[in-house]
Amino acid sequence: MKILSKVIIAVIPVIMLVACGTTGDKKPGAGAGRGVTEVEVGEGAESMGLDSGSEFAGERLDDPASILAKRVIYFDFDRSEVKEEFRNIIKAHATYLANHPRVSAVLEGHADERGSREYNIGLGERRANAVLRFLSLQGASSSQLEAISYGEERPVAFGHDESSWQLNRRVEIVYQGN
Amino acid sequence: MRRLVKSLYVLMIGMGVWTDADAALTIEITQGVEGALPIAIVPFGWEGPSPQAPLDVAGVIAADLYRSGRFSPLPEKDFLAKPQEGSQINFTNWRILGVENLVVGRMRAAGSEYIVQFQLFDVFRTVQLTGYSIRSNEQDLRHTAHQISDIIYETLIGEPGAFATRIAYVTEVKTPSGKQRYSLQVADADGFDPRPVLNSTQPLMSPSWSPDGSKLAYVSFENGRPHIYIQDVRTGKRELVSSQRGLNGAPAWSPDGKSLALVLSKDGSPDIFVLSLINNKLQRVTRSYAIDTEPVWMPDGSAIIFTSDRGGQPQIYRIDLSSGREKRLTFEGAYNARPSLSPDGRLLAMVHGNNGIYNIAVLELDTGVLRVLTDARLDESPSFAPNGSMIIYATEDRNRGVLQAVSVDGRVRQRLFLQQGDAREPAWSPYDK
Repeated sequence: MKILSKVIIAVIPVIMLVACGTTGDKKPGAGAGRGVTEVEVGEGAESMGLDSGSEFAGERLDDPASILAKRVIYFDFDRSEVKEEFRNIIKAHATYLANHPRVSAVLEGHADERGSREYNIGLGERRANAVLRFLSLQGASSSQLEAISYGEERPVAFGHDESSWQLNRRVEIVYQGN
Repeated sequence: MRRLVKSLYVLMIGMGVWTDADAALTIEITQGVEGALPIAIVPFGWEGPSPQAPLDVAGVIAADLYRSGRFSPLPEKDFLAKPQEGSQINFTNWRILGVENLVVGRMRAAGSEYIVQFQLFDVFRTVQLTGYSIRSNEQDLRHTAHQISDIIYETLIGEPGAFATRIAYVTEVKTPSGKQRYSLQVADADGFDPRPVLNSTQPLMSPSWSPDGSKLAYVSFENGRPHIYIQDVRTGKRELVSSQRGLNGAPAWSPDGKSLALVLSKDGSPDIFVLSLINNKLQRVTRSYAIDTEPVWMPDGSAIIFTSDRGGQPQIYRIDLSSGREKRLTFEGAYNARPSLSPDGRLLAMVHGNNGIYNIAVLELDTGVLRVLTDARLDESPSFAPNGSMIIYATEDRNRGVLQAVSVDGRVRQRLFLQQGDAREPAWSPYDK
């Protein structure tokens, strides 16, 4: 009984999607002409987006000019809120993940070197979780995401001042596989 | 002062015990103490098949006592004579040199072992204060020398010494190919004879000694996530004890050695748990949306002291294990974390942060008086010596991670630093049982 209801729940959105997915603007490769429910699969583009009107719908992961090439979110000292300036980047990744349900990503949280190490492990995890929550709210499934923390153990900048510290207070979105 | 330091180095090189391991420690005295006791430690006599003794025992003792900051050993070149036992001593000559205490001794080979004999004399009263004869095999000779230092220290200072103890710490070295190499090392408390107990390409953290000094718990990222291992220091055998989803961190042995306090975030945020090492049962200790971490046990095992940012920035709290009652302990300073308790449970060392500067401070738990002991910018990871008189910690000097020790009153400071790479997260072993 339980499994059946899960299948029904899964099927309903797909039916709804197919029914209304053909209106609105489309990017090249994202679908066939108006009124047709088939989706033409271009090379590397598999568009079944929940929100096919999203500005990020057609972005490619391997395109260095794409917003998806931005994979690092930075944070203020001892804070874990996702700052306004990074929200579009996260939205773009959320859209990508939503459109590619078999793709998973690990969110690696980090902290700068100040203070104690184990506390910084906790801080890195809190940052990774903040990004994970934001991604889920924007459409990614939490089953595609895992938050881990390296605390201050894996810095990218090695100076002992704010110019290095600000580069180390970060979450990196690391796509798995491929 | 400089001449004394120089002669100390010469003394150490003369001992022939520099290791050429990747990361050997050297000692540098950064601050001595006025009123250090003048003492002379005469090179020990040697009777054995080889022309030279396998270890310069007197040299090790002199270095130990000097390192404590409480003694001022007379340089060997100033000795007028080299007695090996009481009947050979001319006390008048030593009084002229201003020496108050005199150590003499000899070592002889006895089959595959050695017999080390020493005597400590009060030069002014011309009496022997203590003396022992110790049988030792070759690999334990340095340890025997440190035990003699402990006896001399305790006889003259009135507190137990901590020379025959060890330190565990993490090192990070960049290999020639540019990769990071992490190592968990165990060395004598004087920095000599460092041995890696674990090498890894992934970060290592938070070494913690079992109360009997036989095992180390630590955090390793070798599986891509922080997991907790327990390793037997002698045999190298190890066991994965915690690999829950999320964080596994900050292991701390209970005083009876039967449990491990640790930090797990499997239920949403880092909280403190106690894992029984007997039956693997897990008991939750804290429950909050904050980061609760870095647990430390009170000596009677009835309470745990920990770091929490439930109030905003990290501060240190105490939780009674039977009642669950929590109490905040730190009220001075914007940031207080990484507690370390003295063996008698009366003093709490911590990382104390204010205005972006992080130092080691000590809080007297009964009076609430806080004393800041260090003055660099990025001090961290304090760990008490088992005699409670010194605290080893990590700091940064000219772009390198180094270890330093400071006395609990802040008067004496010593530097131990690596030849290569960074050292951090020192953990001072308990007394060897």
